[in-house]
Amino acid sequence: MNVKKQLKEGLVTQNPVLVQLLGMCSTMAITTVLFNGLGMGLSVLAILTCSNIVISLLRKVIPNKIRIACYIVVIATFVTIVDLMMQAYLPSLAENLGVFIPLIVVNCIILGRAEAFASKQSVGASALDGIFQGLGYTWVLLVLCVVREFLGNGTFGGGIISADGIRIIPEGFPALGLALPVGGFLVLGVLIAVTQWAMNRPKKTDTEEVSK
Amino acid sequence: MEMFTTLFSIALGAILVNNFIFAQFLGICPFMGVSKKVDTAMGMGVAVIFVMGVASVFTWLVNEFLLVPFHLEFMQTIAFILVIAALVQFIEMFLQKSVPALYSALGIYLPLITTNCAVLGVALLNIQNGYNFIESLVYGVTGGIGFLVAIVLFASVRERLEFSDCPKSFEGFPIALITAGLLALCFMGFSGLKVVW
Repeated sequence: MNVKKQLKEGLVTQNPVLVQLLGMCSTMAITTVLFNGLGMGLSVLAILTCSNIVISLLRKVIPNKIRIACYIVVIATFVTIVDLMMQAYLPSLAENLGVFIPLIVVNCIILGRAEAFASKQSVGASALDGIFQGLGYTWVLLVLCVVREFLGNGTFGGGIISADGIRIIPEGFPALGLALPVGGFLVLGVLIAVTQWAMNRPKKTDTEEVSK
Repeated sequence: MEMFTTLFSIALGAILVNNFIFAQFLGICPFMGVSKKVDTAMGMGVAVIFVMGVASVFTWLVNEFLLVPFHLEFMQTIAFILVIAALVQFIEMFLQKSVPALYSALGIYLPLITTNCAVLGVALLNIQNGYNFIESLVYGVTGGIGFLVAIVLFASVRERLEFSDCPKSFEGFPIALITAGLLALCFMGFSGLKVVW
């Protein structure tokens, strides 16, 4: 088991949103205030880890031909659990995220990891993969939330620090468009462009090490 | 007349004002994935209209006659995704057997549609909005039409994007997202559109 490599893959080199380009719908739809991003990120993290563990445990039992249907049932079960728990304990968050919580079932990240990783690897490795990929998804959501909330509403930490967050830009000045659907596309596009730029930069440290 | 007005405003909302892609962020994965060429985008759009219409009908029936009478509403997510998966599989087999021409046109897109969040989304929204049978059907089909409009517009822009000069870091996916953002901005122009009789 290579914990360090998995961590790096989940957070950066194989980041589910920025590099694998999976799970776009929820990423853009709910990242308007920090609280939503955190809630969504942690829900996906929990569901991804649980479903990875169960699918990895069952990987020798599930027949190859109907594997996708089996994965979907496992995932849908965990999504329902999270959905009901959230409605019971965090009703305001459940209301904000709305239809996107049940839609985690069809989030390509979870099915993608089940197919590409959990169905082939041991339970421990799959659990770690779930946690790291979930963290990779969460940090991207948080970055998007912070940027869109700051530029779109002029606040920071909405829902967590206080109901409306701390106001940084005075009212009337923020570009409201960035909090609307348009902003989701634009901010994510720029973020992915930054990632591509950072990854394609010639790596000085690597070549130096090689020359040594 | 009353009913016609309601249906018309649902249709208008689903196609333009609350477009599934640009206003609700449902079905972005196929929208980004299958929009490199107008032909394929058209095929995907038609397949989505078909599946969304049929899925709305079946999930509404399942909800009304199975889940509600037995107080199993909490099973909605699981039941709907299974219905959709089975339905897509069934449509695929049916088309392959009886309408091979249509199958060869739509075949490759059908399996992808199971994991299209617009389909599960429309099923859940039908229930959430309290639509009746006809309204659900109309919402499903027109939601699909909205998807078709969005993906065909986007694909035709993207075809030209291939030949344009753009910064290296923005090549491929990022510039496509920016383009989609600008299209979403255009669709915002429709907001506030209302049917007054």
